[in-house]
Amino acid sequence: MTPIVKTEGLTHLYSPGTPFERIAVQDLDFQAMKGEFIGIIGHTGSGKSTFIQHLNGLLKPTKGRVLFDGEDIWSSKTKTHGVRFKVGLVFQYPEYQLFEETVYKDIAFGPKNMKLSEEEIDARVREAADLVGIGEELLEKSPFDLSGGQKRRVAIAGVIAMRPDVLILDEPTAGLDPAGSAEILANIKDYHHRMGSTVLFVTHSMEDAARIADRLLVFSGGHLVMDGTPNAIFARPEELEAIDLGIPEITRVVARLREKGLDIPAAIYTVEQAKAALMKLKEGKADA
Amino acid sequence: MLKNITLGQYFPGNTFVHRLDPRTKLLIIVVYIVALFLVDKITAYLPVIVFLAISVMVSKIKLKSLVSGMKPLFVIIVITAIINLFFTSGEPIVKLWVVTITKEGVRAAVFMLLRISLLIMGTFMLTYTTAPMQLTDGLESLLGPLKKIKMPVHELAMMMSIALRFIPTLIEETDKIMNAQKARGADFETGGLVQKAKAMLPLLIPLFISAFRRADELATAMESRCYSGGEGRTKMKQLCYGAIDVTAGAAAIVLLAMVILLNTFGI
Ligand SMILES: Nc1ncnc2c1ncn2[C@@H]1O[C@H](COP(=O)(O)OP(=O)(O)O)[C@@H](O)[C@H]1O
Ligand SMILES: [Mg+2]
Repeated sequence: MTPIVKTEGLTHLYSPGTPFERIAVQDLDFQAMKGEFIGIIGHTGSGKSTFIQHLNGLLKPTKGRVLFDGEDIWSSKTKTHGVRFKVGLVFQYPEYQLFEETVYKDIAFGPKNMKLSEEEIDARVREAADLVGIGEELLEKSPFDLSGGQKRRVAIAGVIAMRPDVLILDEPTAGLDPAGSAEILANIKDYHHRMGSTVLFVTHSMEDAARIADRLLVFSGGHLVMDGTPNAIFARPEELEAIDLGIPEITRVVARLREKGLDIPAAIYTVEQAKAALMKLKEGKADA
Repeated sequence: MLKNITLGQYFPGNTFVHRLDPRTKLLIIVVYIVALFLVDKITAYLPVIVFLAISVMVSKIKLKSLVSGMKPLFVIIVITAIINLFFTSGEPIVKLWVVTITKEGVRAAVFMLLRISLLIMGTFMLTYTTAPMQLTDGLESLLGPLKKIKMPVHELAMMMSIALRFIPTLIEETDKIMNAQKARGADFETGGLVQKAKAMLPLLIPLFISAFRRADELATAMESRCYSGGEGRTKMKQLCYGAIDVTAGAAAIVLLAMVILLNTFGI
């Protein structure tokens, strides 16, 4: 099977040939299969945003190649333009890009640029709004009258409405309260489930990364330093701490409990897992 | 792509020119411009060119950045020179079909070319070697006497420094929004004039909204720190003249004197 997106030796320099030259991403080899759900973690400035902007052709590699479905996206102009619709990219703080008079029109901007028919656009707008939990009654409102969390969801719907094969989100929960952020993550998971698309999302929350991703990429200093399942990655806390990252809080709690002699597994990354393990322990004690 | 703007950019350094008081530099640039416009004999350009060359050398500004800064104005300079070349009446030297090139025309074109380029390069030297904040401080201090006639000098200087402060931010923001809309298939490059103007809407609307939001936030931040205008306000960095300012001022006066001398006795 061909990977849906793939990079080969991807390197990106900002402002090459000037005193401000900076290597943002270096020699990055990566591939994702259809349907994968991937979390990206890394310290600020480690090159995550630069990396994902290559996957839909917004940035051109200084060196190396980016392939979509096995084909180089820079081989022709139509390919580069076409990949924008196949790889949907939601920027950080996407609510700042809203501009239309109504929510409906803003979500329709992407599909319209794809030159789809009116009916098709309408169907997609409604589907996307539904996926992110924006009700019918909000569609005719001005996007500027919505709350922060709603604006964010409208902006995400604007990308989802293009029905991209790969959906990429840059810190989709940044600056939201816990409830709003849980809702967005649930929307994304739901989208992944219903559409079977590949999803990549950047996050600073180890808990979120552990809870919803099947695979994690760890960035440091422009390099992809770790790539594996959350279990495999969080089993290496020393390495994570060396690059200023951590492990989920609950994993620390579990480690302390084990030190105290409690017999629960070490590979616990979410509160739910911890709860289940503790309940099991309690039941085991009650039986005995 | 929007990052390649050099017009009015500051190149940090610690040379003689960089260390001059911004007021000295502003006054010198005034003297320089006066001298430049007084020139009416070709040899009188010599001291002006020498003065500029020395300040370029001392400040270690690359000639390349000076020339590349002129690029956007290149067309205007050339057109002005051409107009002067063809449309000045006087003693003809070349006659081609309907156009006549006169001796006076050649002279006017050369003068115009030198005057405009020297003017631009001189002012660039000012902005290249003076931090924007210093420049506004200097302006505020020099225009200070106008406060007596109720000119809001401090407020104008503050507005100018805020504008300068936010130019890079806005450029960055434009880049970001442009990319975000491109990711939704927006096309800023192709199409006719009307189409292109329409395509700018998804960029301009969010940009304006964010500019207003920033202005609002800044106003709140300033108010919550009790900003209340220039009345009784002191500065963290006091401007003060030093020996180097006297040297530079003397050089500017020598420049002016040389120009006047060559105007009278030169060819
Ligand atoms: N537009 C840009 N111009 C110049 N340098 C940039 C730009 N964007 C990012 N960088 C630099 O590239 C590096 C990687 O940045 P980025 O990809 O934004 O990291 P992250 O998203 O992981 O925080 C940083 O050192 C940053 O300063
Ligand atoms: Mg980032």
